[in-house]
Amino acid sequence: MKNKRLDLSYSQMKWETIFKQILKIMSVLILVLVAGILITLIVESMPSIKSLGIKFLWGKVWDPVQNIYGAYPFLVGTLLTSFIALIISIPFSYAISIYLGEYNPKGWLSNLLKNTIELIAAVPSIIYGFWGLFVLVPLIRTFEMKIGVAPYGIGVFTSSLVLAVMIIPYAASLGISLIRMVPSPLKEGAYALGATHFEVIRSVIMPYTRSGLFAGVLLSLGRALGETMAVTMLIGNTSAVANTIKDAIFGPGNTMASVIANEFTEADHTVYLSALIELGLVLFFVTVIINLIGKRIITKFTNY
Amino acid sequence: MEHTVVSATNFNAWFGDNHVVKDVTIGIEKNQVIAVMGPSGCGKTTFLRCINRMHELIPGATAKGSLKLYDDEVYTMNPIYVRYKIGMVFQRPNPFPNLSIYDNVIAGYKLNGLKVPKAELDNIVQKSLTSAALWNEVKDSLHKKGTFLSGGQQQRLCIARAIAMEPEVILFDEPTSALDPISTSSVEQLFHELKTNYTLIIVTHNMQQAARVSDKTAFFYLGELVEFDNTKQMFTAPSDVRTQNYITGRFS
Amino acid sequence: MDARIGIRNTKSTLFKGLIVFLAFLITLPLIIVLLYIIKQGITQVNWHFLTHVPAPVGETGGGISNALLGSFIIVVMSSIVAIPVGILAGIYLSENPGTKLAYYSGLCVDILQGVPSIVVGIVIYFWIVKPLGTFSAISGSVALAIMMLPIVIRSTEQTLRLLPPSLKEAALSLGVPYHRVIIKVIIPCGFAGILSGIMLSIARIIGETAPLLFTAFGNPYLSSAITKPMETLPHLIYTYATSPYDEWHNLAWGASFILLMFVLLLNIFTKLITRKWNIQL
Repeated sequence: MKNKRLDLSYSQMKWETIFKQILKIMSVLILVLVAGILITLIVESMPSIKSLGIKFLWGKVWDPVQNIYGAYPFLVGTLLTSFIALIISIPFSYAISIYLGEYNPKGWLSNLLKNTIELIAAVPSIIYGFWGLFVLVPLIRTFEMKIGVAPYGIGVFTSSLVLAVMIIPYAASLGISLIRMVPSPLKEGAYALGATHFEVIRSVIMPYTRSGLFAGVLLSLGRALGETMAVTMLIGNTSAVANTIKDAIFGPGNTMASVIANEFTEADHTVYLSALIELGLVLFFVTVIINLIGKRIITKFTNY
Repeated sequence: MEHTVVSATNFNAWFGDNHVVKDVTIGIEKNQVIAVMGPSGCGKTTFLRCINRMHELIPGATAKGSLKLYDDEVYTMNPIYVRYKIGMVFQRPNPFPNLSIYDNVIAGYKLNGLKVPKAELDNIVQKSLTSAALWNEVKDSLHKKGTFLSGGQQQRLCIARAIAMEPEVILFDEPTSALDPISTSSVEQLFHELKTNYTLIIVTHNMQQAARVSDKTAFFYLGELVEFDNTKQMFTAPSDVRTQNYITGRFS
Repeated sequence: MDARIGIRNTKSTLFKGLIVFLAFLITLPLIIVLLYIIKQGITQVNWHFLTHVPAPVGETGGGISNALLGSFIIVVMSSIVAIPVGILAGIYLSENPGTKLAYYSGLCVDILQGVPSIVVGIVIYFWIVKPLGTFSAISGSVALAIMMLPIVIRSTEQTLRLLPPSLKEAALSLGVPYHRVIIKVIIPCGFAGILSGIMLSIARIIGETAPLLFTAFGNPYLSSAITKPMETLPHLIYTYATSPYDEWHNLAWGASFILLMFVLLLNIFTKLITRKWNIQL
């Protein structure tokens, strides 16, 4: 019995080392994966970077037939859809954060609402796109006729509307947990001075959680920038730059993600394909930076 | 005949640059209860965790010097084998929440993948639980989860788990500090019964407990072993002024 | 003085009213979408629908068996890749906090979590589709596995971090070697948390379309060849929803209904598991 245990313990030592190595390798694998993604994007963008240079970014014309590639329409389209979506979503995500974080943090109603909001993020983007195409687009068309713009139905505004709904859960769920973390002595201090609930929220809770809530907005923005399917189905996919602001908002457009989705499999020559990949590279950098800043703020916030 | 089980010679331990156990030399004899006491941060728990090589599991922790189990150098032995031979009971009862009471007792066999016939396992479980004075309380609910027991029962289950491996020495790291007085006394009673078969080394910050349960007491202060003597001698006529100060409560 | 307090109280009440209104208003779009998909989709679903491939333009009937099979195969293959890697990497991150490797790996997990899915599609196109010379189920699976990884890693890491360190010490003090401590004690104790992470990640990738556009591509026929293009539910919805034919739209509604139900059930089930698990801790 005793010797058996001794023998066993020696063979176990070997496995212990192997196991630790495997854990390490898996961890290194993640590094390699991300490095590989970055390198692939850069290498495959090279033909476009070489032949188009930095002016690619503000070239206003995207015309593969003429072999002219400018990213400006997509940069504008991406920023426009994302920021409109963000502006629409912020009041809602703040309201949810305050309601579930402060007014009603416990109980079945609170749980039900929280779970429902998380389900918003669970519905696949393709389903929002499909629904938007058949239900929202006709409604928007009627609306556009009323306000006197060209009644496309599809377009930047429609995409933003759907995007706004889709990104709310990201800012909201973070906001809820941050507001719940506000130390109650702070709040009680304000109540003791005779502050109303609104005043406590405005002058204690909001200042305390400001940076964290901003991080939540950044995470939402990261989602919006990279969102592909719903936008591709609703934005109208035109690479022309709109002449007026009205047209830019209500007319059709294109985002970086949607133009890649639409044209990648059609791109029949090197520079065309490479220009699309360069868009992907830009998208990668922008979303990664925004996400990392957001995460950094959250880590700082939760470590206090 | 007295026989030395665990002996340390000029033993040192560090956390990074922090020298927490300094030049400790001690010989612990078989079938005795040894209390290790001292103010918090004196290195007593670290020394205990060095004996079964748990100390080195903390990142940055190192140890140097001679530490022997009988005639074998612990730090050249296989650490897994060291831990088979030297059991440990922790400050807070920590039965495995995913295992039943029965499986908790034989966890050392089960988790190590040691193949033991069922009848022998039954025997080990009954013997260990009996030795831990828990058999009568749990014999009808052996297949319930260990986490349903009270704190004191859980701690005795952890003792049974250590006994089941038939170790030479059992280390106790402040085993009653998380328990209520009644559970504490039931665990303390156990010490007297266990020493017929095992050598017990108990870290405690409770002087009364040291006086109650131990044959010999070691007093640690600032990482040094100040004094090691018969408990009675130590508490009536300590030879070092620091021990004297501690016992009389002049510092804590 | 009294009047001012009155105004302040009214303000407070009005604010609360606004917050409650906005907080509940946002569930409305979700409910509308759900009800609409159910209404449009449920009438399409029957045995024939589940067991036949899509009918050509102009013919009625047809089903989505190719997409069901394809989604199943691709999700299973993604899981086979992503679950072990994700769990092991998650264990490393939770077990070795503060090391350089853990820091940079953690950073990479954050990056992966933020990478737009379409970008993953591009990269896999160059890694697998181009070398193989054809769109394939394998390439789609790898793309989705990359989407799964960060979720599995983070949920494993966070679950294991919540386990008390005394558990590990108890096992180690019995002479249990490190790998057995992890496999026999740590993973079983955190099982519910890890499982919920896996289910969430599956719920997430089963609806992913963008990375499949240039990888698994799509296939109107029933196919189980993993080196050939393969249809999936979300891709079928995309192709058929954007087509001009009503019969095809109906097919897409039915597929949407099935996809939605699957995703919702997975999410609800996950919620139940985590709730039960929280009580146990």
